[in-house]
Amino acid sequence: MATRPEVVLVTGVSRFLGARVAANLATRTGVGRVIGLDPFPPHPEVEPLLADSSVEVVQADLRAAGEVIADLGVEAVVHLAVISSPDQARGGRAAMKEQNVIGTMQLLAACQQADTLRRLVVRSSTAAYGASFRDPAVFTEDTEPREVPRGGYARDILDIESYVRGFRRRRPDVTATVLRFAPFIGATAETALLRYLARPTVPTVLGRDPRMQFVHVDDALEVLERSVLESHPGTFNVAGPGIITLSQAIRRAGRIAVPIVEQALAASAATGRGLISNDQIDLFVHGRVVDTTRLVSEFGFTPRSTPDAFADFVRSHQSGALVTPDRLAAAERSFLDMIHRVREEVR
Amino acid sequence: MSAPEHSLPQSPLTEQDDAWDRRVASGLAFLRRRLSGAYEVDEFGFDQELTEGLFHPMMRLLQREWFRTEIFGAKHIPADGGALLVGNHSGTVALDALMLAIACHDESEGNRHLRLLGADFVFKLPGLSELARKSGATLACTPDAERLLAGGELVGVFPEGFKGVGKPFRDRYKLQRFGRGGFVSAALRTGVPIIPAAIVGAEEIYPLIGNIKPLARVLGAPYFPVTPTFPWLGPLGLVPLPSKWLIEFGEPIPTEDLVDQADDPMVVFNLADQVRETVQEMIHGLLERRPDPFAQ
Repeated sequence: MATRPEVVLVTGVSRFLGARVAANLATRTGVGRVIGLDPFPPHPEVEPLLADSSVEVVQADLRAAGEVIADLGVEAVVHLAVISSPDQARGGRAAMKEQNVIGTMQLLAACQQADTLRRLVVRSSTAAYGASFRDPAVFTEDTEPREVPRGGYARDILDIESYVRGFRRRRPDVTATVLRFAPFIGATAETALLRYLARPTVPTVLGRDPRMQFVHVDDALEVLERSVLESHPGTFNVAGPGIITLSQAIRRAGRIAVPIVEQALAASAATGRGLISNDQIDLFVHGRVVDTTRLVSEFGFTPRSTPDAFADFVRSHQSGALVTPDRLAAAERSFLDMIHRVREEVR
Repeated sequence: MSAPEHSLPQSPLTEQDDAWDRRVASGLAFLRRRLSGAYEVDEFGFDQELTEGLFHPMMRLLQREWFRTEIFGAKHIPADGGALLVGNHSGTVALDALMLAIACHDESEGNRHLRLLGADFVFKLPGLSELARKSGATLACTPDAERLLAGGELVGVFPEGFKGVGKPFRDRYKLQRFGRGGFVSAALRTGVPIIPAAIVGAEEIYPLIGNIKPLARVLGAPYFPVTPTFPWLGPLGLVPLPSKWLIEFGEPIPTEDLVDQADDPMVVFNLADQVRETVQEMIHGLLERRPDPFAQ
């Protein structure tokens, strides 16, 4: 049985996921030091989380990882500085690609030189499966992407995974875990996709009703933590079993779908500042469902189902709902009453 | 859902009114469930409630009233567990797949849902792709077929593909080539029986007398059909001719003892040929029972 790493380096601690993972790991017995590395200062909302923990934050780009790993004898690296949507305040898509692709290259180059390193955990995404009409309905980890997706994040993910494959070849002694996460969801999760779904009216692609999967943030954290503390070499889909279609999700959230022809949405995405991104259009046209058998059997852990995880999101976003189950039931009752009255009159 | 019978006013019409009330109430409840998203969809996108509540009644009407379909051998469909149904494909528009599906559901012991495997063309088209998924279909590819079969589903496949649906009227009831026999490998790997199915009647619904290839290429369709009524009569040409339909399910062909030979091309081709010949024989048998294509 693999022992817990004494010193852990977590990248991407300026954002929610990285900060939470770092703070959680710092409290685990056996883990002596947790170093958080990020080119940006922590977001205001995660600052208290890091301040209350014993995480040592280093603000530098990922090239600095080499020195940190060598100086402190880092045994495990958790790479979470992977951004799923451009942040206009932090340089937009160009900076996103810089951090995702170049950052990963730099980090893995540093990891390759590190003799003390035993474990590498990398955040990936189910976007790694691309988007094609000839795709199978359910992706297993062995499914190869058929077409390069148009979304920027998805293309970054393909690059990141190819770098990890190279790293695995050069450092077979390091346990490398790649976690392909479905889109995050939960009461507190904040992503571009969730902000989109929280709108009162949600533009969708006309004639498409994609099958979607989510993973609850708490379950994602659990899997990440286990990947660091235990040894789980390989690539794993991390998603809530079961699916929800986009139309169903919008209805359950009490929102209203506004179907728009794909070309118009693509034109809006092309401006780069539109409501929707190419990554979302890929998802909204093709949908994305993965098989989680490998995760469940290797980790002995089943994330809560996609419908349950989505229900958590709905509960915390009641305020924007236009069509609630209560209102529908009331409408149904009053309509039935009306019919009864009319028929009584007629009789 | 509806008020109990004794609470309704006593009148000679009570019985009838009650049924009407019930229908309205259950229709409204259906609408409420749909609008609030309170239904289940499986990982392939199959929406059982929508299929049974909306698609099946329409398909049933078409099958019983318009095509006057007679069904034979439904006892050969297993009540549960995985099985692969292999049928002949014809009719320009793949209505035969829908009629086979409703026949399976209504006549089989376990009211089985037929999970159809469709061409990628179907899943490229907006609208049609979602109707197909919601009614239980998925892309005809090995991973999906094996996943469904291993999950104990009844899967329907038409190995002729577009060669079958889009063949000229003069070639009616002549089974086309069965591709690479991928369907046989899928059945062998999952050890499920293959059930041959023959459909007679679909060939006459839109008799294909021509194919405008350049137009098909522009539209990205596999063919652009010309029938005696389409495109001449416009939308009216889309009404299928009311031919008489016969559907027969044949005896299951077991595959359990061939599981380890799924990769042997000889075994696969031989079994594919056997299935093809069986279906062809069944078609000839059915045609003898139906001398007039438009009989009552």
